[in-house]
Amino acid sequence: MNCRSEVLEVSVEGRQVEEALLAVLHTVLLHRSTGKFHYKKEGTYSIGTVGTQDVDCDFIDFTYVRVSSEELDRALRKVVGEFKDALRNSGGDGLGQMSLEFYQKKKSRWPFSDECIPWEVWTVKVHVVALATEQERQICREKVGEKLCEKIINIVEVMNRHEYLPKMPTQSEVDNVFDTGLRDVQPYLYKISFQITDALGTSVTTTMRRLIKDTLAL
Amino acid sequence: METDLSSQDRKDLDKFIKFFALKTVQVIVQARLGEKICTRSSSSPTGSDWFNLAIKDIPEVTHEAKKALAGQLPAVGRSMCVEISLKTSEGDSMELEIWCLEMNEKCDKEIKVSYTVYNRLSLLLKSLLAITRVTPAYRLSRKQGHEYVILYRIYFGEVQLNGLGEGFQTVRVGTVGTPVGTITLSCAYRINLAFMSTRQFERTPPIMGIIIDHFVDRPYPSTSPMHPCNYRTAGEDTGLTYPSVEDSQEVCTTSFSTSPPTQCVFTVTKAHFQTPTPVVTDTLRVPMAGLAFSHQLSSSRLSYQPAALGVGSADLAYPVVFAAGLNATHPHQLMVPGKEGGLPLAPNQPAHGAQADQERLATYTPSDGAHCAATPSSSEDTETVSNSSEGRASPNDVLETIFVRKVGAFVNKPINQVTLTSLDIPFAMFAPKNLELEDADPMVNPPDSPETGSPLQGSLHSEGSSGGSSGNTHDDFVMINFKPAFSKDDILPMDLGTFYREFQNPPQLSSLSIDIGAQSMAEDLDSLPEKLAVHEKNVREFDAFVETLQ
Repeated sequence: MNCRSEVLEVSVEGRQVEEALLAVLHTVLLHRSTGKFHYKKEGTYSIGTVGTQDVDCDFIDFTYVRVSSEELDRALRKVVGEFKDALRNSGGDGLGQMSLEFYQKKKSRWPFSDECIPWEVWTVKVHVVALATEQERQICREKVGEKLCEKIINIVEVMNRHEYLPKMPTQSEVDNVFDTGLRDVQPYLYKISFQITDALGTSVTTTMRRLIKDTLAL
Repeated sequence: METDLSSQDRKDLDKFIKFFALKTVQVIVQARLGEKICTRSSSSPTGSDWFNLAIKDIPEVTHEAKKALAGQLPAVGRSMCVEISLKTSEGDSMELEIWCLEMNEKCDKEIKVSYTVYNRLSLLLKSLLAITRVTPAYRLSRKQGHEYVILYRIYFGEVQLNGLGEGFQTVRVGTVGTPVGTITLSCAYRINLAFMSTRQFERTPPIMGIIIDHFVDRPYPSTSPMHPCNYRTAGEDTGLTYPSVEDSQEVCTTSFSTSPPTQCVFTVTKAHFQTPTPVVTDTLRVPMAGLAFSHQLSSSRLSYQPAALGVGSADLAYPVVFAAGLNATHPHQLMVPGKEGGLPLAPNQPAHGAQADQERLATYTPSDGAHCAATPSSSEDTETVSNSSEGRASPNDVLETIFVRKVGAFVNKPINQVTLTSLDIPFAMFAPKNLELEDADPMVNPPDSPETGSPLQGSLHSEGSSGGSSGNTHDDFVMINFKPAFSKDDILPMDLGTFYREFQNPPQLSSLSIDIGAQSMAEDLDSLPEKLAVHEKNVREFDAFVETLQ
C-alpha cells in the first residue's frame, strides 16, 4: 500500500512558528479524528461526539478550528515548542520541517516487534525569516494569515479526495488503527517528528527525532 | 436511477442529506456571528449529535432553513444556498459570499449509505468548519458591530452569483458521492471589497437593540428576508442607545474565571436548549468607556436569547487585547492581580496621566499577562523627586568646576549682571563663556529655579569641597565637590558637563581665527617661493615616496 505524502511550506517570523504549525497540525487532526468508539455486542459500535473550538492566533491574523481536546492540544503544543526551541538553537538559516505521520500497526510474530505502516504523511517545511521594522512585521502578520488560509484550503482539498483510509477496526484491532489513549477524541494513530535542516536540505548533527507515541518498544 | 437502493437505505440517505443541509446552514451562520465558537467533545454519544459532531442548532436558523427547503431536498437544479452579506449602518449592503449545497447526477452505486456516506458527510462538515474561518468574510464578521453587520439569507433553487461583483473566487469545500447523486459544497466569495476599503472597520461595541429585518428587493425567486448574523429577539426597540454601564454591570455579575482568555463557555449539546443564565466567564472592565461596553454588551446579549445560543464564548480575547493596549499607553496605571471573584480596583493616577472616565479596573489572574506588576503609589513620588534632584545636579557640578568663586545654583544674583541672552548668537545661553558671564548661564541658573530650589537649598552642604571656599558673603551654602561616576579629572581639569559643552563643537579653524598672529596675506605670499625652493630640493625623496605607494 502506498503512503501518500503531502508537503506544505510556510515562511514565517520566529514568533509565528508555533501558531502556524499548530494551525496546520490541528486542521489535519480535525479531519483525522473521530469520537470515541464504544463497542457493543454483535460487533457494532457507536461513536462519541467531537466538539470543535476556534483558536485565534496572537501573532498572525488568522483563526483556525481544532477539536476540543485539551490532551491533544497539549501534546501538539509540546512537540511544536520543542521544534521551535531546536530551530532557535540550531543557529542555522532557520530551516526545519515537521512531519505528521498517520500509521497502522501490524502485529508481527514474536520476536519481531510490531510494524508501523504509514498511510499518510504531512510534512510542513518551515522557513524562519527575521524582520527589522514593525511595519514589516505588521505586513508579515497579514501575509502569513493569507498564506495559512491557502494551506487550509489545500489540506481540505486533499482530505476530500476520499483516498485510502484504514478500515474501521473490530474491537480487538482498534488500537492498531486509532489512538485510544485520549479521553474525549480518537484520532488515527499518529506520530510527529521534526528535523532541523541547513540550507542544502540535509540534516545536520542536531537532527532530533521525537516520537509522541512510542510504538517501537522491544 | 435508484433501483439498487433499498427503501431503508433510501430513507436513511434522505434523512442524512436533510440533516446535513441543516447542519451546513448552522455552521455557516454560526461562523459569521462574529464570535468564537466552542463546543465540547463527549465520549459517550448522546444520540442527538448528527454526524458525530457537536454543532449547535440555533432554532431561528433551523426554522429559516426548513422554511427555505419546504420539505424538499437538494437535487439537480435545486440547490440550497446561504447568502452572506454585509450591511452598513448607513444602509449600504453588499453580498460577500454564497455557499451552495448542490447535487449533481453522478451517482456512486457501490457506496454504503449508512456507513461510508455518513462518515464522509461528517468529514465534509469538518472541512466546512475549517473553510468558513478562512474566507475573507470571516475576518469581517469578527469585526462587525457598530459600523456594519453581517446578514444571512437562505434560498433554495438556482444559484445566483451576480451580486458578488467581478472576479469573485470559488473554493470547493468537498464532495460526497451517494447512490442518488454527488453532493457538492462550495463557496463563491467576493474579492472586490472596494467600497469598503475607504472605511475603517474597527472593533467597536455591538449595537444593542437594533433590528435588521427588512425585505431586500431582489430579482430572485425566493424573497426570503435577510437575517442578521447576530441575534436579537423581535420586538426590541430599534434605538441605538447603549445601555448605561451600571445596567450592564448588573447583568454581568462578577464571576472571574481562572481559565485563560481563549477558553470558552462549554455547553452541552442537546437538541433543545435551556435559556442560559447570565453567567459569563469574565467581567473584565476596562477604563475606556467604549471598550467597557464591548464586553458588557457581548455578554449581556446572551441574556436576550430566547434559546441558548451557546455560542456565547464571551469574546474574552478582545478585552484582553484592549487591556494590554491600555497598559502600554498608560504605564502608570496601577493594576494589582485580582483575586478570584474579582474586586475592581481603582488605579492611582499620576498627575500627568490623562485618564478617561471610568476608573475601575479589574484584571485576570496572572495567566493572561494583561497587567503590569503592582507598584506602590509612594514610589511614584520618590521617582519624581529623584528625577528632579538629578536634574539639579548637573548645574551644580557645572558650577563646581568652572568657577573659582563658588556660587550656589538658584541663588539670587544681583541685577547688574550681563546676560548673554541679549546677544544675537544662537544658543547664546550655551556658548562657552567667560567667567564673568557664567552666572547668567541658564544651565547654571535655571530661570525658574529660585522657587523650586528652596526646599533643597538647606539640604546641600559640602563635605570637603574642592577648590576654594566661597568667601562670598552672598553664598548661603558651599557646593559639594561633585564627581560624576567614572570620571577622571586628572587628564583634563574639568568635569563631564563642561567637557561636553566645550568639545561639543569642533574647534575653530586656526586660519579663521583672527588672533593667530599678525601674519597677513601678503606675507604668506612672500614666503611661498622660499617654501617652493625647499621642496624642490627634496624632490627625489618625494618621488621615491610616491613610487612606494604604487
